[in-house]
Amino acid sequence: MADTPIPLEVRNITKRFGDTEVLKGLSLKAHKGDVITLIGASGSGKSTFLRCMNLLEQPNEGDLIVHGEQIRFKETKHGREPADWKQVVDMRAKLSMVFQSFNLWAHMTLLENIIEAPVHVLGKSKQEAIAHARELLERVGLAERADYYPAQMSGGQQQRGAIARALAMDPEVMLFDEPTSALDPELVGDVLKVMRDLAKEGRTMIVVTHEMAFARDVSTQVIYLHQGQVEEAGPPDEVLGNPTSERLKQFLAPKH
Amino acid sequence: MIDLHGYGPRLFEGAMITIQLGVLSLALAIVLGLVTASAKMSRSWVAHRIGTLYTTIIRGVPDLVLMMLLFFGGQIGINQITDALYNHFGIDIFINVNEFVAGVITIGLIFGAYMGETFRGAFMAVDSGQIEAGRAYGMNHWLVFRRIRFPQMMRHAIPGLSNNWMVLLKTTALVSVIGLSDMVRVAAEASKATREPFTFMIIVAAIYLLIASVSEWGFARLQKRYNAGYREAD
Repeated sequence: MADTPIPLEVRNITKRFGDTEVLKGLSLKAHKGDVITLIGASGSGKSTFLRCMNLLEQPNEGDLIVHGEQIRFKETKHGREPADWKQVVDMRAKLSMVFQSFNLWAHMTLLENIIEAPVHVLGKSKQEAIAHARELLERVGLAERADYYPAQMSGGQQQRGAIARALAMDPEVMLFDEPTSALDPELVGDVLKVMRDLAKEGRTMIVVTHEMAFARDVSTQVIYLHQGQVEEAGPPDEVLGNPTSERLKQFLAPKH
Repeated sequence: MIDLHGYGPRLFEGAMITIQLGVLSLALAIVLGLVTASAKMSRSWVAHRIGTLYTTIIRGVPDLVLMMLLFFGGQIGINQITDALYNHFGIDIFINVNEFVAGVITIGLIFGAYMGETFRGAFMAVDSGQIEAGRAYGMNHWLVFRRIRFPQMMRHAIPGLSNNWMVLLKTTALVSVIGLSDMVRVAAEASKATREPFTFMIIVAAIYLLIASVSEWGFARLQKRYNAGYREAD
């Protein structure tokens, strides 16, 4: 019986910036359909941890295995780097990231943004990519904005557009780096709704967020990070409903 | 009607030389500029050093001095090499440094340094989030450059580029010291011969202005194209 490889696994990820150790040997396994939420205070390392998964940050130690393929590293005078950038590029094409500051390409319309990677990275035909893009725009409620530039859209629209761009790659795993942190409160709900729908569909998602209601309702696992280490991890009902660590209790307590 | 005393055709030829010189030097300068910018932003300290040496020398030595060094010094240098070749190997070649080529190379070298700094500033102005998104979506280095970094960089580079071009155009007048008959040299000769400097200099000025106006229009269109999608600050 063949074993389908799990979408993403990281083991013992350690990251140092100069002398400061920001991530201290973190591990994570994402099975198909998992929605893993990373929570923690600012500086706990959760965004850095997420960015190590698609190698936007280079971990100093640790293993990264995407869809069964282990990324190879080599030591250079600048530190540890991927041994084969082609392998990294192929790996990144299987993961999609949604950024806190959206990062839609400013010189392209929304439609062009969505078809860019499918056409230039995956080699899809333009017509195919455009057809798929229009479907995705319908799904996120932005069909009439296809020919708008990012600067002409609100933050919530831009982020929903960025999610459509992420979906266009049909990724193994979707990585969300504080997707609603830069949004006005009224716009947060629209974006979270799209994310909830994705989770219901069975998308594999790893989300760094402060939105506890979202984490509670939709995650299969919640991981609480403190100063680069896992303080607590488990199903949302346990971690958020019945936290054991003192720090986590304080973190979750309403601050007014 | 203005009496050009028969200098009309030569003035026209001179204008053609000026324009050709300008355009070819511009092409060389842009290539050198991109290479220099990339060298100065490179991780390799050797590349960085070479780039800095180049921009420092060019920006520190007067254009006129560089022009004469490269042309006269270049001719002497090449003569010494061909002499040595003859003395040691019996190979008899004579390479005459063509004034036009020397002009293009000198002006290209000079403005390559200035373009380098223009491009470097423009590259630095590109938002790093845009580049990160490119990488995160599986684009390799060249794709990121071609599809994201270069188009976004150009928006910031155009004011500097158009500036460099205008100065480059005027600098072509320097080639008259190495004997190239650009339109300034022809006009100067004509002025001396006919004792009507105003006539000829006004015409030359007008031609420069004409080229400048066309350039202005061209750059405005280029700016508009690269500004697509951006909001101007009100």
